[in-house]
Amino acid sequence: MRRALWILAVLLSHWRRHPMQLATLLIGLISATALWSGVQALNQQARIAYDRAAATFGGSRTAMLVSRDSATFPQQLFVDLRRAGWPVSPTLEGRVQIDGRSFRLLGVEPVTLPSEVGNAPAVGRGSLQSFVTPPGEMLVAPETLRDLGLKEGERTHANGTTLPPLRVQAELAPGALVVDIGVAQDILKMPGQVSRLLVGQSKAPHASLESVAGEKLRLVEPSAESDLERLTDSFHLNLTAFGLLSFFVGLFIVNSAIGLAFEQRLPMLRTLRACGVSARLLNTVLVIELVSLALVAGLIGLVCGYFIAAALLPDVAASLRGLYGAQIPGQLSLKPIWWFAGIAISILGALAAAAASLAKAIRMPVLATAQPQAWQQAQRRWLMFQSAAALAVFAVAAALIQFGDSLIAGFAVLAALMLGAALILPMVLQIALAFGQRSARAPVGIWFWADSRQQLSGLSLALMALLLALAVNVGVSTMVESFSRTFLVWLDGRLAADVYISAASDQQAKEIKAWLRDRPEVEAILPGGRADTQLGGAPIEVLGLPDHATYRDNWPLLESTSNAWVRLRPGDTCLVSEQLSRRMKLGLGDHIEVPAPGGPWPLEIVGIYADYGNPKGQIAVNFAALTRRFPQTPQTRLGLRVAPDKITPLITALQEKFGLDDRNVADQATMKRESRRVFNRTFSVTAALNAFTLGVAGIALLTSLLTLANSRLPQLAPLWAIGLTRRRLAVLELLKTMAVALITALFALPLGLLVAWCLLAIVNVKAFGWRLPFQIFPLQLIELLAVALAAAFCAAALPVARLARMQPASLIRIFVNER
Amino acid sequence: MLRVTGLTKSYRSAGEDVAVLRGVDLAVATGESVALSGESGSGKSTLLHLIAGLDAADSGEIRLADITVSGLNDAGRAELRRDRLGLVFQQFNLIPSLTVADNLVFQSRIAGRHDAAWHDELVERLGLKQLLKRYPEQLSGGQQQRVAIGRALAPKPLLLLADEPTGNLDEDTADEVLHLARDLVVRTGCGFLMVTHSARLAATLDRQVTLHAGIIA
Repeated sequence: MRRALWILAVLLSHWRRHPMQLATLLIGLISATALWSGVQALNQQARIAYDRAAATFGGSRTAMLVSRDSATFPQQLFVDLRRAGWPVSPTLEGRVQIDGRSFRLLGVEPVTLPSEVGNAPAVGRGSLQSFVTPPGEMLVAPETLRDLGLKEGERTHANGTTLPPLRVQAELAPGALVVDIGVAQDILKMPGQVSRLLVGQSKAPHASLESVAGEKLRLVEPSAESDLERLTDSFHLNLTAFGLLSFFVGLFIVNSAIGLAFEQRLPMLRTLRACGVSARLLNTVLVIELVSLALVAGLIGLVCGYFIAAALLPDVAASLRGLYGAQIPGQLSLKPIWWFAGIAISILGALAAAAASLAKAIRMPVLATAQPQAWQQAQRRWLMFQSAAALAVFAVAAALIQFGDSLIAGFAVLAALMLGAALILPMVLQIALAFGQRSARAPVGIWFWADSRQQLSGLSLALMALLLALAVNVGVSTMVESFSRTFLVWLDGRLAADVYISAASDQQAKEIKAWLRDRPEVEAILPGGRADTQLGGAPIEVLGLPDHATYRDNWPLLESTSNAWVRLRPGDTCLVSEQLSRRMKLGLGDHIEVPAPGGPWPLEIVGIYADYGNPKGQIAVNFAALTRRFPQTPQTRLGLRVAPDKITPLITALQEKFGLDDRNVADQATMKRESRRVFNRTFSVTAALNAFTLGVAGIALLTSLLTLANSRLPQLAPLWAIGLTRRRLAVLELLKTMAVALITALFALPLGLLVAWCLLAIVNVKAFGWRLPFQIFPLQLIELLAVALAAAFCAAALPVARLARMQPASLIRIFVNER
Repeated sequence: MLRVTGLTKSYRSAGEDVAVLRGVDLAVATGESVALSGESGSGKSTLLHLIAGLDAADSGEIRLADITVSGLNDAGRAELRRDRLGLVFQQFNLIPSLTVADNLVFQSRIAGRHDAAWHDELVERLGLKQLLKRYPEQLSGGQQQRVAIGRALAPKPLLLLADEPTGNLDEDTADEVLHLARDLVVRTGCGFLMVTHSARLAATLDRQVTLHAGIIA
């Protein structure tokens, strides 16, 4: 033990003498751990939120009975089933507008609520009395209370009804309002109706479902994964992929620092062996040293990861809300497993990055002469092997494009493309530099290219990191820009009305409409509404569109039959969103049956439209038909066509007359601005991770160049001796770095465009259900090229400046010492 | 104390086996100083490395006191070097990241044979008192070799093996370093086997042995 400690002290003494190297190693490990654990923290935080949502009074974690063909069914069925021994509890769900904002209202029956249903105990014990007796209570999450801008105990209004006093229940999902079912039936104006029956786990004997309810109800088994988890899988997979990429780029730095340290310590290791330290003990202590460093870096990385996650969480929450309607609290609360996993990933990463050096140490013969440059020398055989492996990986990617049909396959294509490109990069550089060498005429020029080739093996890992970071940047930026442009064009079509109003209640909406009819500047009043139902076992929205030229002329349709808008009028046809048509493989002319309160509603599909950013499937029908089939649909939303110069005065008049604020009434420009803001925020996490990855790649390049700088002296000293000035040598070194970085960046551009195509044509289609047109943005590519060269310049500047300032004595030493 | 019998060793070079040692017999008694000379490529360093357990012989036997070196595995050979031998190389082979003080105590510490009084005496005799806080790169060649000798003798080995210890030093410094090494060897009573090219330095030891074409001449 004591012996091991002595050896450990000796090994650690190396870092004391080389603090920059230690800093590099730690920076690599810290950035790898921080980015990985930051992303994991975000994922974990989101999953906690999904669990809360799923556990809210009969989410997907509870078995339930639902109507076969309509959104709600009579409460009498609940009574009949209870009498027949079924451990069921009724719930009624709907949406209410409070101050122009939509909330999910959930009515529950606390006495029969199964005990295993999440949140049941809080209602079921002491507070039961106050929950069920008038005025009752409305349970909300702390976040919802904040959103409402109210205090506990206060009351608000919805649908013309005064809601029960608010009470906070921390376990609830944000955005949900929970009341007694009787209260919910009053608010939603659905007396005697229930949406579903939660089924408890009691094993007591009961009659068969059919004998009590006939064919009216069907049993939905509990699901381990919630709807939100399913919907957001792709988003989290995307985040994880980014985290993993940053992690690997960080490990490139670690690998480079450990490789250098190993080479520098080779004489020390041999001396230790010569002094009687056994190979086993030496290797054990090397591993202990590495694990200790990884432990320290892991802890620091975790703290950094926490701050990264905390900084990104608002944007991630905005993205998840914008893309999927998922409510994520704005504060991080992490499980202990996150800390342990972070430390473990740091240690495993360090061991993986050091594997080659450790293997060398294990095989190291005591007597072999030191070869400080051996690890840098290009091995032609290895290069060939690497290139062959790259071609094999490309073949796998091609096969996956051809035969893969899942989101995982999409990400596998991306991973294969990146891995293949990274593997083939040294060969591409080798060929490009050899071409340069053949083209050179002057002796220094020939040396320039030849020496660049010799440097390649030492730099190739860092250049691979740069290639991956740049390709991902190009790919993601192209995807986001393509999305952005498509989205803006689409938004122009979707937001065709000039003013949008969201009334507090149906009654207020009627009053507003009556007032508007007398205003000459209002050219058209376009009522809108939406209802929720299920199709194919998944929730969908039914959107009501008024029959008006505003929609006929502007609403963006991807495909349609002739006269689609005319055929929509009678109410027996519909338009479906692109994601719903892809998910259910629906096409023009297909027929669907939509469950509605009065029974199934048969509809023929006459058009398919883009519906970006909506996690749910959606169908659009004639507005009048919607209100006939879903009579409880809130009719609080209105669109207005108004002459442009009359918009502002009309909004002011509306606000004064009906007490509406900016959330209730907005003009088209404001709505578009808000939509763009949400859109941009959705991708701000991606942009931040992009920047992080590029930054880490820059550090990888810097560390590799610093690593090489010392071992480059024997190559440079003879040139200095024969008359090249230190300044000129420094410039040549800088140009060499820039040359390989430029070749790498040029190779990264087509790779990045391929990545963008994969994201648009494969990943997006599988993840979100929409396909966007692929576009190339030359200015963006030039910008990234400049960033890559700037990163290379910054990375090369320090070692080059050192060389330019190097004392002649240091160069003379090359000829004196045996190296 | 050291008995080498019928030792052979060959290396494979450019596809051919090159015999370096062809049956070497050698003995070094306790307290005896032996100089091993010979032309370049005669196998001097190879013989020293085999005795030190840094490499394995093809055949023959090496016995050090009661230990058969040629029968030891890697761990056993490491233990032998740690506990019974002191090694000094032409390139000094100090640990660059440790101070002189730490380098000096290194081997005796890991052998668990640190003797503070002996350590102080070594520091005194080797004239290292003012240099203890320095790092190897801050020392001259002669100073570095004195530290290397101190490190090798600190655990009081049975045998001190030196491979061209003065090869990198000027004549005066070489004389001074060797003089110190001899004195300390006498003081510890260990055996001393030194590989050298210099007939002048070889003559200062108790006995000279010449290796020629892989056998003792």
